[in-house]
Amino acid sequence: MDLSSINPILLLASLMVAATPLLLAAVGELVVEKAGVLNLGVEGMMITGAICGFAIAVNTGNPLLGVLAAAAGGAVLSLLFALLTQVALANQVASGLGLTLFGLGLSALIGQGYQGIRPPSFPRLNIPGLSDMPVLGRILFSHDLMVYLGLIIVTAVWFMLKYTRAGLILRAVGENHEAAHALGYKVVRIRMMAILFGGACAGMGGAYISLIRVPQWTEGMTAGIGWIALALVVFASWKPWRVLLGAYLFGGVTVIQLNLQAAGVAIPVEYLAMSPYLITILVLVIMSADKSSAPASLGRIFHASR
Amino acid sequence: MKLTKLLTTAALALGLATGAMAQDKLKVGFVYVGPVGDGGWTYEHDKGRLAVEAEFGDKVETVFVESVPEGPDAERVMTQMALDGAKLIFTTSFGFMDPTINVAAKFPDVKFEHATGYKRADNVSTYSARFYEGRAIQGHIAGKMTESNIIGYIGSYPIPEVIRGINSAFIHARKVNPDVQFKIVWAYTWFDPAKEADAAKVLIEQGADVILQHTDSTAPLAAAAEAGNIIGFGQASDMGEYADGPRVSSIIDNWAPYYIARTRAVMDGTWTSTDTWDGIGPGMVGIGEITDKVPADVKAEALAMKEAIAKGEYHPFTGPLNKQDGSAWLAEGEVADDGTLLGMDFYVEGIEGTIPN
Repeated sequence: MDLSSINPILLLASLMVAATPLLLAAVGELVVEKAGVLNLGVEGMMITGAICGFAIAVNTGNPLLGVLAAAAGGAVLSLLFALLTQVALANQVASGLGLTLFGLGLSALIGQGYQGIRPPSFPRLNIPGLSDMPVLGRILFSHDLMVYLGLIIVTAVWFMLKYTRAGLILRAVGENHEAAHALGYKVVRIRMMAILFGGACAGMGGAYISLIRVPQWTEGMTAGIGWIALALVVFASWKPWRVLLGAYLFGGVTVIQLNLQAAGVAIPVEYLAMSPYLITILVLVIMSADKSSAPASLGRIFHASR
Repeated sequence: MKLTKLLTTAALALGLATGAMAQDKLKVGFVYVGPVGDGGWTYEHDKGRLAVEAEFGDKVETVFVESVPEGPDAERVMTQMALDGAKLIFTTSFGFMDPTINVAAKFPDVKFEHATGYKRADNVSTYSARFYEGRAIQGHIAGKMTESNIIGYIGSYPIPEVIRGINSAFIHARKVNPDVQFKIVWAYTWFDPAKEADAAKVLIEQGADVILQHTDSTAPLAAAAEAGNIIGFGQASDMGEYADGPRVSSIIDNWAPYYIARTRAVMDGTWTSTDTWDGIGPGMVGIGEITDKVPADVKAEALAMKEAIAKGEYHPFTGPLNKQDGSAWLAEGEVADDGTLLGMDFYVEGIEGTIPN
């Protein structure tokens, strides 16, 4: 065992990188579920975003355009879900599962010919002075922009839900869509926008994996992270800060357990391998003891005539 | 009543007719653990499938299901394939072993071929490649080229196949570089690019400048390319797209000849349950081109070793070798038997850490 080979500064820095895709996808899904829609297609939207972002970044040489394309790709795919569930009033669970399968297939199709290509590298934040600080500079001020974007989105979502009228309306739609409708709010339109936002966030989360974390395109490369994002929203009791905590915990424990393994710590590897799931669930379940519950209209179909 | 009877008979006759027509074509099924575009393990199996199609043309029909999880779901997929008329089914991951045996018991007329396992039945063959022969060459190059003397190894699951590879690489790295150390990380997955990349990054952060992988995607090479000044090897497939980056050589699985031979055996009715374990000699394991990053003398030694292994003059597990706890395993000049290799559950002397159960 040689713990000195673990560099805590690099560890904390890579923790933030490992957490970001999960954070982006989960905070998008949180907004969707707050509006009363259950979209199980996160995995499909992520992988679609991953390839859209990758293809555009490679073809234009501009990774930022890639991120925009990923957001657009995820949103377009989620539009399909929105049309099915909000206009055609299809079952949300089935539509969401279908969306995941469709996204996986579609991304494999688009991805033909993009295997083994190296994407343009993503600019890192470099603030003279701040980024050069010992310790803190590496941990806090020299990441790629997407890490900060993730944090900004979480903050914005929290602020919007808690302090703005728009947030209040969104929550009202999610809690009781008939009452919201009676008050004159356009339930379907609001839900559509929430779904599109969720799709865009998931798409960016996917692009983070294909453009920054790995970086390359491989079929099926999200490998289930979308499902973890879905579970995270539930365990975080639909609260943005808890999603942030959960994502960082999950990312953190994932990276730490790999580090401990490489350093040869004598904890059995099976326990290390399951620890990210276990610790994240445990912490969030303990925190959610305050009886906060799901949006009351979650997953229910709304039709104005009823 | 009569009408219904007539219709039933007609339907039956039609069913028999289409059944008979389908008999002309041999349906061959493939169950994959990852996507066909993983660029590694599954990609090579799928190349084998395409080779079967190219060889037999109209006489075969191949079907495959990709990204099948190892577990109960695999049984469902295989059952469905057998029900759909597949007469020969290749299941291409270690974790499909028990599902294959279970489903094979239900379909005695269907032939099954399971890769890398050890359980056989009258209608279940096993086949695998001696990847450890390639690992010996990798270990040699890695030991010669590392400057930090730390070699990172990304394992998938602690099964004999993977442990064999670690031991083989380690023995040959140590032989040329007594200071070399292995840092081993278990990813507990065959295919998860994000996790594989994370593992590679962690190993690089902890000082490794050579990354060996026993997982299926090219993600570790991508992570190595991003870090710079790191070398790695293509796993299961050539991964030649990283040849101008970290990839200095590769182990290539070549399944096509085996798949063609087995398909032909089913067509001829000569198929029997067998156990195949071929290496560099018969061509089931290939060594990808060694790039110019490797010094010429190291490259020559590596190629000489490949030649010796192919001719059967050299066995990667030749004594004297001790087990990790220091107890003797192979005496001077003694060669490991296949039984021990197939069930290998111990590290050789010098590797640090324990194998998870």
